Amino acid sequence: MSDKDMREVYTDTLIELAESNDKICLMEADLMRATGTNPFKEKFPERTFNVGVAEANMVGVASGLSAGGKIPFAATFGCFAARRTFDQFFISANYAQQNVKLVGTDPGVSAGFNGGTHMPFEDIGLMRTIPKLVIFEASDTVSLKKLLPQAAEHKGSTYMRLQRKGKNTHYSESDEIILGKGNVLKEGSDVTIIATGYVMVPEAIAAAEILSEEGINATVIDMHTIKPLDKDLILKYAEKTGALVVCENHQKSCGLFAAVSELLAEERPTPVQAVAVEDLFGQVGTPAFLQGAYGLTKENIVEKTKIVLERKNG
Amino acid sequence: MLNDDLKDLEKKAKEIRIKTIDAIGFLGVGHIGGAMSIVELLTILYYSKMHIDPKIPKMEDRDKLVLSKGHAGPALYSTLAQKGFFPVEWLHTLNQGGTKLPSHCDMNMTPGIDMTTGSLGQGLSSAIGLALAMRIDKIDRNVFAIIGDGESQEGQNWEAAMAAPQFKLNKLIAFTDYNKMQIDGYTCDIMPIDDLVEKWSAFGWSTYRVNGHNFAELDKAIDDARKSKDKPSMIIMDTIKGKGCSFAEGQLTNHNMVFTYEQAKEAIAALG
Ligand SMILES: Cc1ncc(C[n+]2csc(CCOP(=O)(O)OP(=O)(O)O)c2C)c(N)n1
Repeated sequence: MSDKDMREVYTDTLIELAESNDKICLMEADLMRATGTNPFKEKFPERTFNVGVAEANMVGVASGLSAGGKIPFAATFGCFAARRTFDQFFISANYAQQNVKLVGTDPGVSAGFNGGTHMPFEDIGLMRTIPKLVIFEASDTVSLKKLLPQAAEHKGSTYMRLQRKGKNTHYSESDEIILGKGNVLKEGSDVTIIATGYVMVPEAIAAAEILSEEGINATVIDMHTIKPLDKDLILKYAEKTGALVVCENHQKSCGLFAAVSELLAEERPTPVQAVAVEDLFGQVGTPAFLQGAYGLTKENIVEKTKIVLERKNG
Repeated sequence: MLNDDLKDLEKKAKEIRIKTIDAIGFLGVGHIGGAMSIVELLTILYYSKMHIDPKIPKMEDRDKLVLSKGHAGPALYSTLAQKGFFPVEWLHTLNQGGTKLPSHCDMNMTPGIDMTTGSLGQGLSSAIGLALAMRIDKIDRNVFAIIGDGESQEGQNWEAAMAAPQFKLNKLIAFTDYNKMQIDGYTCDIMPIDDLVEKWSAFGWSTYRVNGHNFAELDKAIDDARKSKDKPSMIIMDTIKGKGCSFAEGQLTNHNMVFTYEQAKEAIAALG
């Protein structure tokens, strides 16, 4: 456990970046209190812009800031970041080859009490359709701290899903975490569990422990970067283990499972199962209730692992 | 408005406040500020103005309401429960997994909710659509819509602002809950929206400005708006965010507040 929430890490890291790079700007759309970026504003008031409840304008302005040579980080809830601003992000930011770092907070079930209108299960899917966009979600505080500077460094727009609350830490400071490369958290020869994001990576680690007690050895990969996809790593483990389970706090049809399946279909057909949202809208409830309701649990990972192993051996 | 009617509305409003504070307090967190500021409006609409039947929530020939600032749902749920649209006990299921009362209004879950909202800025357009559909079907009723002042920063509101006069939607009566606050601070500091009367008038709406906690003023403005021959109406209500909830009223932090059931009970007691 870190002593800081994910959102504090986000803010502190941006402050560090902004201290050495005067191009870094911050944007909010009346959710500064939620994202927790007030300390950035206090330090760099002249580089902080809150547009009010106007997400499309935020992304449009961010694109202009970029065209003027700045590097804006713009945040709102993921549902609005992806859906409300999609055309602005597509055209003014990406098609125009600008450098907008869009941040969608409260991914998937972490939207909790805000309910179905606020629960992005499709943001990765929407974003995947944008050519050359970099898409990622950190699974803990350490990887968030390490990935953010790389996103700032990257020449081009990025979309980051950001869990705001929680202090999960499974990496150590010395671990190497590189944007665009998956991290193997555990080696195993029977099956590969690929997970992305703050909610599913810990579930995958826990599922692998349950499986190992049952004599099944799983590789666990944190695929923080969904695009560009670390194809080599996936193909390597598809060959090594012959079966995969892909876990995401997201719609099955268009996220990481879809990306992995597309790769496998073309390069190396291998049995693969999803632990993901099965064509459903979001709903209201505690994150724990929602994880259960959508099957985003270690138990379901174990179950899907057994199914994929039957397919592999059958 | 008669004195007795006024007294009755005040009593009803107090009961709705109590239910709302109780429901959110029972859960321990929620949008108390923006719920409290529209209690008088909901009271007068549901107890004096709207043609509705709690036994037939989907009655075709009814007035409709779009609560575009959908996060104020708990105030509307308390009103609907009190009117008998569903059992009052449901209020304690607010936001629990499997509830019919989600934080933001959902027309497919809750009897009496006419439009799904929660993504700010969309409700006024939906209200225009509802009013157009009524006109096609020759249903001579009103569509009411409530938007927030922070919400007014969404550009879509101003697209809707152009469309309603163009379509001559005299049956559309919208309200701005001008409580001067949004999440990050005072609306005038974050992104000023003044002058609302001039703005809506310039877009072609009949525009009124009232004290949103004063029944007599609300009553008169709504009745005047209903007489409109060819223009939509916008009633700008000066309100206080958190009104009537002792620990929340006027607090900049009252948007989505964490509080205990004990605090809720104290606030209810303070209402007298
Ligand atoms: C499109 C969209 N952006 C952001 C939000 C998150 N949000 C919920 S309420 C709110 C502030 C709304 O302020 P206002 O309309 O003044 O509401 P009130 O103060 O009356 O509660 C925000 C930004 C949202 N629900 N929808």
